[in-house]
Amino acid sequence: MSQEYAVIGKSVPRNDGWDKVTGKAKYTGDLKFPNLLVGKILTSPHAHARILSIDTSEAEKLPGVKAVITHEDVPSVKYGISPARWDENIFCIDKVRFVGDKVAAVAAVDEETVYKALKLIKVEYEVLPAVFDPFEAMREDAPLVQEEYPRNINTEIHQNFGDVDKAFAEAYYVRTDRFKGQRTYQSPIEPHSAISHWDRDKLTIYSSTQSPHYFQYYIAREFGLPMGSVRVLKTHIGGGFGGKLEPTGLEFAGAALSKLTGRPVRMFYDRHDMFAHNRGRHAQFMELKTGVDKDGKILAVHANFVMDGGAYTSLGVASAYYAGALLTIPYEFDNYKFDMFRVNTNLPACGAQRGHGHPQPRFAFESHLDNIAQELGIDPVEIRLRNARKSQTTTLNEFKVETCALTEALEKARDLSNWREKKGKLTSGRGIGIGVGSFVSGAGYPIYRTDLPQASAVIKVNEDGSEVTLYSGSVDIGQGSDTVLCQMAAEAMGYLYEKIRIVSADTELAPHDFGAYASRQTLMSGAAVKQAGEEVKAQLLEISAPGMGVTAEELDCREGIIFVKANPEISRTFGEVAREFFVKKGPLVGRGVYHVPKLGGKFKGAAVGTSPAYSFAAQIAEVNIDEETGEVKIEEVWDVHDCGKVINPALLHAQVHGAFYMGMGESVWEQVLFDDKGRIINANLAEYRLPTALDMPRFHSDLVDTIDPNGPWGVKEVGEGATTPVMGCISNAITDAIGVRINSLPLSYEKVWRAIQERKKNKSGE
Amino acid sequence: MARTLTDDQGIKRYLVNLKVNGDTHTVMVKGNALLVNVLREELDLTGTKKGCELGDCGSCTVLLDGKPVNSCLVLAVEAEGSEITTIEGVARNENLDKLQESFVNNAAIQCGYCTPGMVLSAKALLTRNPHPSETEVREAISGNLCRCTGYVNIVKAVLAAAEQE
Ligand code: FES
Ligand code: FES
Repeated sequence: MSQEYAVIGKSVPRNDGWDKVTGKAKYTGDLKFPNLLVGKILTSPHAHARILSIDTSEAEKLPGVKAVITHEDVPSVKYGISPARWDENIFCIDKVRFVGDKVAAVAAVDEETVYKALKLIKVEYEVLPAVFDPFEAMREDAPLVQEEYPRNINTEIHQNFGDVDKAFAEAYYVRTDRFKGQRTYQSPIEPHSAISHWDRDKLTIYSSTQSPHYFQYYIAREFGLPMGSVRVLKTHIGGGFGGKLEPTGLEFAGAALSKLTGRPVRMFYDRHDMFAHNRGRHAQFMELKTGVDKDGKILAVHANFVMDGGAYTSLGVASAYYAGALLTIPYEFDNYKFDMFRVNTNLPACGAQRGHGHPQPRFAFESHLDNIAQELGIDPVEIRLRNARKSQTTTLNEFKVETCALTEALEKARDLSNWREKKGKLTSGRGIGIGVGSFVSGAGYPIYRTDLPQASAVIKVNEDGSEVTLYSGSVDIGQGSDTVLCQMAAEAMGYLYEKIRIVSADTELAPHDFGAYASRQTLMSGAAVKQAGEEVKAQLLEISAPGMGVTAEELDCREGIIFVKANPEISRTFGEVAREFFVKKGPLVGRGVYHVPKLGGKFKGAAVGTSPAYSFAAQIAEVNIDEETGEVKIEEVWDVHDCGKVINPALLHAQVHGAFYMGMGESVWEQVLFDDKGRIINANLAEYRLPTALDMPRFHSDLVDTIDPNGPWGVKEVGEGATTPVMGCISNAITDAIGVRINSLPLSYEKVWRAIQERKKNKSGE
Repeated sequence: MARTLTDDQGIKRYLVNLKVNGDTHTVMVKGNALLVNVLREELDLTGTKKGCELGDCGSCTVLLDGKPVNSCLVLAVEAEGSEITTIEGVARNENLDKLQESFVNNAAIQCGYCTPGMVLSAKALLTRNPHPSETEVREAISGNLCRCTGYVNIVKAVLAAAEQE
């Protein structure tokens, strides 16, 4: 056989493409059930208020209303990411903490009735002083958002590696810069929805979720049910990007309403509700101090950060740790101090958005490094090459990096973009900039404390071997994991991709997997699938060996043909042998499971940032600024990724496109804005300003090859890491174009215009 | 104007004939019923998506006499007399339209939520302009938001389909 692999490494079309392009694909909100009710949550109009009373009687009387519930009708167990910070209730009990906090819910026969009923619920509030700024929130006299966090400090981190002070004292140049990020929101195009049906002792929830397992865990816990009594599944999902990773009120309230009414209940968010539920990117305030030697080699870094967490913990503890933990990965240095306060405010809670906690610090660091390079007169690509991590190294915070081709990626991006011909030579208003990024290929530890394996898979071969079904708890949220995992199964079994079906993201039909977050599935779910496929193959070779006059070791199977390796002429078909297996031994099944080996150090927070493998990227952008208006046009971008062995190149590049797109939006346009009462003023896609097709530059996505020994066939991640270099890259390109650094995101036309005016004023004043 | 009936709560309902994908459906709707909801709920044509209900995202795009419109901004009663095409009417039996095929082959689909609207906006473009420039393609789909693809492969898919003309 000529090629090493038969199925992986090929851009096979995705297996849900046909359904999606014809409109057949059903998303949660498209599903219909007999007797279906519609439900919606009533939210708080105040940022901070005590609930004095709730009167639902008028709402209950409205014809068509089937149930109205408040905190009195649901369990009061708190939930959240970790036991120390379970701080959220299904409905608020004594007070509301942001505009949009959950107060009550209604189920009725149709949407119109639901909306009418919501208006009839009377809630009496005593408005309390609210706090919207994390620095004000930390003051002794600030109102407390959550009573259990003094000074509203939800998470506090102090990590110290090496001897930062000594390194600063010895450095040739030490520089401090301050940067500010903004709140952004994932904005998947499909709004969240959930259909809950509590049928006698079984609760089934169809949800637009990134992790059916995580939902199942929390829903079972909340209602005191064994996990087996709760089934969570998704059909198709219209994007997540981190925003659909944790249970919303929709699943909890829907379950309670269904139990009361005995009917299935469809709950939904509209676009405004989505912004209010949020769980998007934290706004971070980032002070970076770095010492370098005279060649620009980084000696020590102090990252001193504050993040606005909003009203609840959400996944924010992890975001807070990620913010600093991953700063140590792309560049090698030995001394590092990381201080972080995640602070509660009376704004919607922030969580995990693509790149989880890391893109803003990466923006800050890439901008900061360019400032240093400029001061020392070193080319930005060169200073990155001098500091770039190498393979088989360990970061100062004890992350083992087996493969890293950042150097090659930097060189390739530099050459593809003609950096040398362009840097410092572009006409006025034009600029070129570089940023790097990296990310975990799955978190080393599960999303909640448990000893369950990260992933598992079952493969069942049809009785006559003509089709195969892969069962995996993994979750395709659009990134294409269903396709990639079928490719992997086919490769491992020696079978045909076209003949494999997948049953995924269903806690009842598919075996456990934590789902789509932390860029984990290709590596982790993939490892389990590979093992399951190999087990099927081994059983087939075993049973066919005697008849073929050889031992199993002398056989192989590829694309549905079992053959003698030394003499491929001697062969049998997969189907024929599979049938024989079934007749003699019963169902032909393969099983796989993936545990992460123990990773990381022993210090507090050492777990966050551990991963079997890390992706790396170098990205270069060229921009054109209209000096009169400040308008930013991103013209062309070159992205070079090290993401290990590529299973499906077309899907992989598509991930890079989308990740860049999101990062680009956050760089220039996107920002959730509030009025002085904590109400969102741009909770719609037009004013929030999702970029359109007219905003995208010419885009080149390229690769450098690595094979990481810790991933199946050498895979690493791509989905989230590709967001991490973008903001720094665009920031550096804009700075190159206008000659001034803007330290806060987004780098809006207005800020660019003001920076240009400022520069002109300073020049004329000289 | 459509025939009306008043229900026992005094709400007026309109008898509307909607011609969707070549078939005529007779439905009874309230005056404020949106086309998107009637398509999805009465006719079970859920390929037409709802992403915002404000006219911002384009995922509810359908063709009204060949022109792309946001069906969340159109009243069902207004659509009477027009030829409505939804995504379900684009493929003929098991044969994908060349645009649909091009979306599949160019990895222009991720979550797929924007896809029906994108295909219909692109279809309207290719009908009036079979050989669009890249900029014309971008303009034609600029009212359709996609959060997954960065539009790169969507633009590629539309141009590739146009090439086959
Ligand atoms: S749902 Fe109609 S434009 Fe968004
Ligand atoms: S493919 Fe997900 S919104 Fe376009």
